[in-house]
Amino acid sequence: MRLLRLWPDESHFDFMRLRRFSFPLSAFISVATVVLFLQIGLNFGIDFKGGTLVELRPKAGVTSDVGAVRHTANDFGFGETEVQELGQGSISVRFPLQAGGETGQTLVMQKAHAAFDKDYAFDRVETVGPRVSGELVQSGTIGVVLSVVAVLLYLWFRFERELALGAIVGTLHDIVITVGLFVITRIEFNMTSIAAILTIVGYSLNETVVVFDRTRELMRRYKTMPTEQLLNLSINSTMSRTVMTAMSTALSLLALVLFGGEAIKGFSVVMLAGVVICTYSAIFVSTPFLIYIGLQAGGSRTQVRDPSALPQAAE
Amino acid sequence: MLRISTTKAVATLAVILVGLMLAVPSFFTAEQRNGFIKSLPSWFPTWIVPTRAIVLGLDLQGGSQIVLEVDRNDLGRTMAQGLRDDVRQALREAGVQADGGIQIQPRGVQLRISDAAARAKAMPKLQALSQPVTDATLGQTGARTLDVREEPNGLIQLTFSDAGFNARVRRAVSQAIEVIRKRVDLGGTTEPSIQQQGADRILVQVPGLQDPARLEEQLGKTAKLEFRLLADSSAGDVDMLPSKDANGQKVPVERRVMADGADLTDAQPGFDQKSNEPIVNFKFNLRGAQRFGQATSENVGRAMAIVLDNEVVSAPRILQPITGGQGQISGRFTVQQANDLSVLLRAGALPAKLTVIERRTVGPGLGRDSIEAGKHATIVATILVVVLMFAAYGVFGLFANIALLVHVGLILGLMSVLEATMTLPGIAGIVLTIGTAVDSNVLIYERVREEVRAGRSIPSALQAGFDRAFATIVDSNSTMAIAAVILFFLGSGPVRGFAVVFILGIMTTVITAVTLTRMMIALWYQRLRPKVLPI
Repeated sequence: MRLLRLWPDESHFDFMRLRRFSFPLSAFISVATVVLFLQIGLNFGIDFKGGTLVELRPKAGVTSDVGAVRHTANDFGFGETEVQELGQGSISVRFPLQAGGETGQTLVMQKAHAAFDKDYAFDRVETVGPRVSGELVQSGTIGVVLSVVAVLLYLWFRFERELALGAIVGTLHDIVITVGLFVITRIEFNMTSIAAILTIVGYSLNETVVVFDRTRELMRRYKTMPTEQLLNLSINSTMSRTVMTAMSTALSLLALVLFGGEAIKGFSVVMLAGVVICTYSAIFVSTPFLIYIGLQAGGSRTQVRDPSALPQAAE
Repeated sequence: MLRISTTKAVATLAVILVGLMLAVPSFFTAEQRNGFIKSLPSWFPTWIVPTRAIVLGLDLQGGSQIVLEVDRNDLGRTMAQGLRDDVRQALREAGVQADGGIQIQPRGVQLRISDAAARAKAMPKLQALSQPVTDATLGQTGARTLDVREEPNGLIQLTFSDAGFNARVRRAVSQAIEVIRKRVDLGGTTEPSIQQQGADRILVQVPGLQDPARLEEQLGKTAKLEFRLLADSSAGDVDMLPSKDANGQKVPVERRVMADGADLTDAQPGFDQKSNEPIVNFKFNLRGAQRFGQATSENVGRAMAIVLDNEVVSAPRILQPITGGQGQISGRFTVQQANDLSVLLRAGALPAKLTVIERRTVGPGLGRDSIEAGKHATIVATILVVVLMFAAYGVFGLFANIALLVHVGLILGLMSVLEATMTLPGIAGIVLTIGTAVDSNVLIYERVREEVRAGRSIPSALQAGFDRAFATIVDSNSTMAIAAVILFFLGSGPVRGFAVVFILGIMTTVITAVTLTRMMIALWYQRLRPKVLPI
């Protein structure tokens, strides 16, 4: 039986040359993201903005009417109210945070129940007060920063300084672009999105680490090989694995997007895009970045050489 | 050669077997599980049979969650009022009068005693009000509950110290948790989870609850019941309180409390014999009965205000002394209201007002939909990955697929044992793990392919594949694990569920993708001794 090969066994593709395109492209997207982020901002969910979210499901025998719900909800006078159709007749209504502390939020619920109880069942109700949302923003930000720092420390111990730097640049690149994705698609940014970003941080490093592990191994074996050629060799020899893993992860995430239900669709879409972004950045951003920070193969790093690698180098 | 020591093989298989057995109960309903245990012969040791199923989060089984916060301002006010009573008592004992009464401040009270001799007599008594702060975990901390400051012009300030106030907040939170637990239990809901969150918050989760508004109403009420006299005029020691009888208009009520809810032993809903309207019957303990009896006999003919949470519920006239320690509260209640009020009174009053700062409710229908969607996604993802692996690596892919299924089983088993909660993002975590778990196998197999191409013999290529890929597997999984652990510590609720699944997934990868597949491949190789590796 002929086995499936997603990538040729022997490849000599010059990935490093493509940095002339990938670097400007990544730089452009990153800058654009920052600009868009500052101009438009994220579509914060109530986790971070505070407010009340209600999901309505039409009761048996009732056809849902988004227009009517929107009209009624706007008439409450609670400020800018967002009404969205969720599929299968369900409707989500988002009320902004009300002044007057917690009693203000309770009033929203009372009015909503009074208006919609007759035709709709309340599938989901979420109210987040101003203090809680503030704390969630804080812990979310700390989470992302802390994870990057923790991983940096780990890499610093496990790898050479240049490789650790390259991995961090790639990871930051992935975080920025993922945030950009949230800005452009207007997918709601909530606690689950933080989970998605942290997972992308993990996946991004995973991709980079696999390539760099090989780079380190090859550095010991081919002490005199020019950096560019060495990096190309690293990527080419790990490419079949990279494609295979990206494929299997993407397939399972695709299943989640298609069958996982409305509630985590945003999460799954971002993760799916994240896999593509991470794979791209491992090949075209973090690895070529090593050329710029002057990774030197061979002689200069005898002091960090792992003694167990010596017999293999002699092969 | 791919030699694995017998002990290691046995240990691995034992871990896997136990892990998978632990996952089994989650696939059955509680009735089926109980039925199975009953059907076993009596000699069979039932403790061997795993019974714990995975706990579903509120987002999957439906239910309500609210986070309550102790209102520090309200607690401060209550404490200050109590302190005022203590100060008054202390002055009485010293035989000293304060000029112009005792004023309540945001964090304590202040009073003025201009006469230096009188002040000297009062000060030791006031100083004695300040107690050492005790803490359940730390014991005596050395700090004191009150700062007592005396100014030369006769002004005396008693302020709660930070340590004293915080200790009181902590106590209030644990008291409130007790009261809430009683209220929720008396309300008849099953398996509520009530936990402290941070310094001054309480997380209440009630699965399957349909009507969160009622829960909130029940938990948000302080339920402070007081029996006080209706005052004749609004002068002197009088509070103006809204009255239910007078449609919310304020009526003067004496500040002195004749008896309060702390002395109740029981409260039951009932009906008034004459008017047939719903009422609440209550019973006092001995102390309450004495105080109440004395107060009512001294004030026959006056109106007694029944005050609940600073609202006059009703103000019946005292027709005769009530000495039996029993009474009733009427107040134009509905049956439901009378029922709720009796529950609140039985459970006791909250030590301070609680504010709802976060509420999340998921309807049972939505939860069921999410579980269904999650199952579908997991099955589809598994099929896709299994097919991909088999297409790419043939028989080796088959080994990886077996390892993958064991891996998912182990996650479920571990989650059951750890009583970790499965949430919607947790399901997403499983699906993601399905995708990434094969990464370790992919790393190994690709390495084996390379070694074969480089001309190694089959056994040495297999050996080298496993050995060389191992360092990479450790590095790549460690970075994922770091991100997941941080997610666990910072995330809340469902996100935490995702982190748990992800951490467990990374841990079990090493057992399944590395050790288990290695064993399968070793066994396969020893049996068939193939001349060419089918990879």
